[in-house]
Amino acid sequence: MALYVALCYYNRDRYWDEPPETEFSPEYTEFARRATEAGVMRGGEALHPVTMSTTITVSGGRGGDVMLTDGPYAEAKEVLAGYFVLETADLDEAIGWAVQIPAAWRGKIELRPIAPHHA
Amino acid sequence: MDASAALVKVLREEGPRVLAALVRYLGDLPVAEDALSEATIAALEAWPASGIPDNPRAWLTVVARRKALDLLRRESARAGKETAAYRWGTERAKDEIEEVIDAMETESQLRDDMLRLIFTCCHPALSREAQVALALRTLARLEVDAIARAFLVPEATMAKRLVRARSKIATARIPYVIPSDAELPDRLAAVLVVVYLIATEAHAPTGGDSVARVDLEAEAVRLARLLVELMPDEPEVLSLLALLLFTSARTPARSDAEGHVVTLANQDRDRWNREAIAEGSRWLQGAVSWSGGKAGPYQLQAHLAAAHSTATSWAETDWDRIIELYDLLGSVAANPVVALNRAVAITERDGPQYGLAALGAIVGMERSHLWHAALADNLRRLGRTAEAAEELETAAALAPTEGERRLLLSRLLDVRSEPA
Repeated sequence: MALYVALCYYNRDRYWDEPPETEFSPEYTEFARRATEAGVMRGGEALHPVTMSTTITVSGGRGGDVMLTDGPYAEAKEVLAGYFVLETADLDEAIGWAVQIPAAWRGKIELRPIAPHHA
Repeated sequence: MDASAALVKVLREEGPRVLAALVRYLGDLPVAEDALSEATIAALEAWPASGIPDNPRAWLTVVARRKALDLLRRESARAGKETAAYRWGTERAKDEIEEVIDAMETESQLRDDMLRLIFTCCHPALSREAQVALALRTLARLEVDAIARAFLVPEATMAKRLVRARSKIATARIPYVIPSDAELPDRLAAVLVVVYLIATEAHAPTGGDSVARVDLEAEAVRLARLLVELMPDEPEVLSLLALLLFTSARTPARSDAEGHVVTLANQDRDRWNREAIAEGSRWLQGAVSWSGGKAGPYQLQAHLAAAHSTATSWAETDWDRIIELYDLLGSVAANPVVALNRAVAITERDGPQYGLAALGAIVGMERSHLWHAALADNLRRLGRTAEAAEELETAAALAPTEGERRLLLSRLLDVRSEPA
């Protein structure tokens, strides 16, 4: 089995106008229910808009100067709105689930394999 | 064919099959590829003295399995590989003859292994570039430097592209499976596109000096043959092979003694490969009977290529049929290149004023030298030589290869010498 994170991206303006927690909530609940019943769901959360973000960088190595910036790291048109962690046998199965996440037709989904822990 | 050429031929023919079976055992393409490479080196060392074995595939499989075992042992410090190494370790205790028998795959098993490998290499989660590179390396067993040369990139770039592609297959877990019936049409189309792109790059290089890359063209035909062997009842697969045979049949006539481009209209048709055309016609017939009257885009293109290949001259070409086929192709796979070729046929059938109108209606070809060259041809036939010269200048500036640029510049000289 392999773990994937399904990163849900929305167009920045659209996300701002229609926050997913109000507008799309029933669809997401429905997806989460089905994925959980199938034993595929390993977690997931919706995120607040990027205007609530704080970007942090420490210059000059650990313990160096802390720089804080208001807003997201990248000023992109598409913003990360939430994520799901899915556990499936392979990429094809993960894609099969990703296409059922509302962000797939309202925005875009990036499916990324999660690197295993090394104890 | 000398001994070493025969040897290389066997290695390249059996290589993909050995690899496909290895991938099934290992579930790991990079290890399988490395093991096969080492087995190939071993064969190149052993076979010149011992002769090619009666069953070269079994020989390669046994040696490649042992190499894979060594590789896995070396890597066994890495978690997750230990079980595979253990499995291989226990297998190795088997009697050698048993091992050889075990190595001989049944034909249907082998067919499935090959299909799994092909669909994995052409999985839509890989970039098109990566798919093409993998097809040439993994399926056609072309060396990395040869693939790099064919696509005019440094060898290190191509090597990196292949490493990244294989590592994505492993890390993202692209499965080695034959797509379900529901997925098959789309996934098969992706495979055909890869082979078609290789042929296109061969036939109309995006750079460089030569008119066509005969080696790459042969690889595309080889891959298409492999697909036909594996999927003999898929009409679009048969059509693609037919199409590639028709186009490659013309390659000897596509450049003159000085290496200059000769367009279809001016080619010496005696130099066309009649055998390849005849073979293409047979595959196309097969495609027609399998498709039950529903021609796909490759079948339509193969019919177009056939119509040109069987015409005795450019003037004697059946333009009604060509235009009818382009109309059908435009209805299933509309694109500006189809529209451009249709416009050229309109010029030949109806005259330059109609060809010009058809060209003018095409959107999105402003950056294509072919579109400007076609405009120039019509303008010249209409006696509008100054405008024709302008279009040829633009076309020459946009030409992707030196050969095409030279051809357009020589036309420009001709046009300038004509009275305005």
